[in-house]
Amino acid sequence: MGATRLQTKAKPEICKESIPMPKQSVEERTRNFNEVALGYTKEQAVAEAKRCLQCPQPKCMEGCPVEIDIPSFIKSVSEFKFDEAIKKIKEKNSLPAICGRVCPQEEQCQENCVLGKVGDPISIGRLERFAADCEMTKGKDIPNTKASTGKKVAVIGAGPAGLTAAADLAKLGHRVFVFEALHKPGGVLVYGIPEFRLPKKIVEAEADYIKRLGVTIKPNALIGRAFTIPELLKKGFDAVFIGTGAGLPRFLGIPGENLSGIYSANEFLIRVNLMKSYAFPEYDTPIRIGKKVVVIGAGNVAMDSARSALRLGAEKVYIVYRRSRKEMPARVEEIENAEEEGIVFKLLTNPIRFFGDEKGWVKQMECIKMKLGEPDKSGRRRPIPIEGSEFLMDVDTAIIAIGRTPNPIIQLTTKGLRATKWGTIVVDEKTEKTSLEGVYAGGDIVTGEATVISAMGAGKSAARAIHEYIMKK
Amino acid sequence: MYKIVAIQTLAPQTKLIIVHAPEVAEKAQAGQFVILRVDERGERIPLTLVDWKPKNGTIVLIFQEVGVSTKKLGSLNVNEELFDVVGPLGNPSDIKYYGTAVVIGGGVGIAPCLPIATALQKVGNEVISILGARNEKLLILEEEMKRVSTKVHISTDDGSKGHKGFVSDILKSLIEKGNSIDVVYAIGPSVMMRAVAEVTRSHKIKTIVSLNPIMVDGMGMCGACRVSVGGKVKFACVDGPEFDAHQVDFDQLIKRQQAFIAEENLALEHIEKHGGN
Ligand SMILES: Cc1cc2nc3c(=O)[nH]c(=O)nc-3n(C[C@H](O)[C@H](O)[C@H](O)COP(=O)(O)OP(=O)(O)OC[C@H]3O[C@@H](n4cnc5c(N)ncnc54)[C@H](O)[C@@H]3O)c2cc1C
Ligand SMILES: Cc1cc2nc3c(=O)[nH]c(=O)nc-3n(C[C@H](O)[C@H](O)[C@H](O)COP(=O)(O)OP(=O)(O)OC[C@H]3O[C@@H](n4cnc5c(N)ncnc54)[C@H](O)[C@@H]3O)c2cc1C
Ligand code: FES
Repeated sequence: MGATRLQTKAKPEICKESIPMPKQSVEERTRNFNEVALGYTKEQAVAEAKRCLQCPQPKCMEGCPVEIDIPSFIKSVSEFKFDEAIKKIKEKNSLPAICGRVCPQEEQCQENCVLGKVGDPISIGRLERFAADCEMTKGKDIPNTKASTGKKVAVIGAGPAGLTAAADLAKLGHRVFVFEALHKPGGVLVYGIPEFRLPKKIVEAEADYIKRLGVTIKPNALIGRAFTIPELLKKGFDAVFIGTGAGLPRFLGIPGENLSGIYSANEFLIRVNLMKSYAFPEYDTPIRIGKKVVVIGAGNVAMDSARSALRLGAEKVYIVYRRSRKEMPARVEEIENAEEEGIVFKLLTNPIRFFGDEKGWVKQMECIKMKLGEPDKSGRRRPIPIEGSEFLMDVDTAIIAIGRTPNPIIQLTTKGLRATKWGTIVVDEKTEKTSLEGVYAGGDIVTGEATVISAMGAGKSAARAIHEYIMKK
Repeated sequence: MYKIVAIQTLAPQTKLIIVHAPEVAEKAQAGQFVILRVDERGERIPLTLVDWKPKNGTIVLIFQEVGVSTKKLGSLNVNEELFDVVGPLGNPSDIKYYGTAVVIGGGVGIAPCLPIATALQKVGNEVISILGARNEKLLILEEEMKRVSTKVHISTDDGSKGHKGFVSDILKSLIEKGNSIDVVYAIGPSVMMRAVAEVTRSHKIKTIVSLNPIMVDGMGMCGACRVSVGGKVKFACVDGPEFDAHQVDFDQLIKRQQAFIAEENLALEHIEKHGGN
């Protein structure tokens, strides 16, 4: 589109380079758990916002799963109207400080940015983060909600899917109770993603905002054991939303995997993030890290594990991945950060067995080299072992980050709830309705492991469908 | 929220607490457990549900003070609150009519045996109990177990009460004397459970143990509690905690239970120096 239009615009100057975001230096950050990226200053944010071309048919919005009016909020930032900017974002997104930090913007809004064709796209994520942080340092807004409808909705799981559904339903005037199995709300945002990438006080602040909307969050409530879904419906809830995520860790299934010192990434990250074992013994939950750490896998979870291990004092941290660099599923920014920090990537390498010492501690890992063959069903080239290429690595700690599958408790305890053989819950694509009347589901529990923003998108559509359903009831 | 309504010292370093946790009390069944945190910086530790009163909204827990978390728990007073309690967790025991059930508890493992023995007796089983402790002073719940058992045998390591030796010796002689036994439940230290499994294996007596690996979330999300059962990896918190004793790889369990010994000692030194935080 736009070449001619662009020329006719009032601000013809195209600034090809984005304003970089300040970060902690490598030397500093590898010794603490503080946030790596420091965020824009006002001046930097305004300068970056001014680069926006304000396209009349903005492509960026098409890439946003929750339909934020991106050009409008950026315009407000460019005019120093930060309050307006955050209000605009919050019309669609209840967790902007989080999304600004962890969304894979390079594959979503920013991928579509017209500026990206000639230079750097607008740093939409950084601006979103800036607007959200501005508000947070300023104080608390009292959100607008509709008059009470007298309807009650139960949300299971306080991850991004559940919290978004809860917020939207509360704004529509419904009474919402969120049941969360762990002792804190946030899902992966509190137990998985580390402090240095997403400070926990931000998750707390976002959860507080949702409470201010009138939502009741009940921690320590494992649905399926404490109450079942049919019981919730009987107890007077008009509808139920399931957002229980994909929290079941997958293991390699190779010999020696149950030796001490081998953690699932979930165990490792739960200890470090949720239980704060990086501050052991001030906090009671221990972690043992040793000198040489291997992390198996190359997604966000693997990067987070590797970078956490480094900060806990490991001397050498390896990412071991069976495919090549191109196939690594992590966010680009996190791969870059990991490399800068000195994480070593052992690509086209697959572990085949662990060896332990007499006390049952892992000591060595045997690997085999891989090469890429024909593309498989996922379209990625299939890794094939190279015969005779086995070799040994010394390891003190191994962290398995090869994926997570749906939490099974709800499916096991809810009769008539349709699930796939992979354990994901089956829903109608548009409404997120399950096979049970009044029961909806969304997020990783439906899609398998995905992203924060797609889980939020599902929470949003479910809230819309639930609203329609209960208002007709 | 999770207020302690009563505390009782049962033996040196072993306490019983009654905690207000109505939602847990409403759903609890024999064989299940809770995970609790004592304070904001606390670890998540699993303790078995020993008793529950839905009407009062209370649950009973019995614990031995072995490390930082259980010592902190033991230092609380009546009317103080636990920071978090989640449950009931784990699968309930498979309570049904077997015939004659031998219930074996070792040390603080007698506590989780009580609800199981009670439930087994209630559905018509004849319950024979074998209780073991290091010495007489450490023996708990003898009276309570007597109430639900036709016979209670006792062993102590030092012979201060009952048979001098191990619970597995008593089980062995019961079998050798020709008692017909349809099921054995054994809960206690892993070495004890392994010894019991070895006694019953050749006699093909169904034997169930409740495993106590290190746990973190207790709801299937971390795999810290993984155990090998019949060559397969199981998560004790959601697939168990009870398993067929003859299928369990006890050597692996015992090694994994010791994974954090160095850190546990460090933590103990830390609270001795600084008090509870
Ligand atoms: C380490 C790590 C890093 C990641 N990094 C990124 C990233 O940078 N960017 C990105 O977009 N995505 C990232 N992801 C993926 C993203 O976090 C998930 O896709 C997203 O959190 C899914 O949201 P959800 O609400 O569906 O589930 P979750 O966040 O998993 O939340 C589910 C919640 O439900 C609770 N629950 C489960 N069962 C029950 C029950 N029976 N009763 C009550 N509560 C229950 C759980 O305790 C949990 O709190 C990462 C994931 C991990 C693990
Ligand atoms: C399903 C289950 C039910 C249990 N029921 C009871 C009970 O009714 N009464 C009782 O006294 N004990 C019970 N335990 C054991 C109890 O959880 C541990 O004694 C307690 O966690 C020790 O914590 P600590 O900080 O005091 O000691 P630490 O010094 O940390 O540890 C002492 C030993 O306890 C074990 N342990 C440590 N942390 C954990 C943990 N997070 N989870 C499990 N074990 C751990 C380890 O083997 C360790 O070597 C149970 C354990 C499980 C898994
Ligand atoms: S304790 Fe985490 S999976 Fe069992």
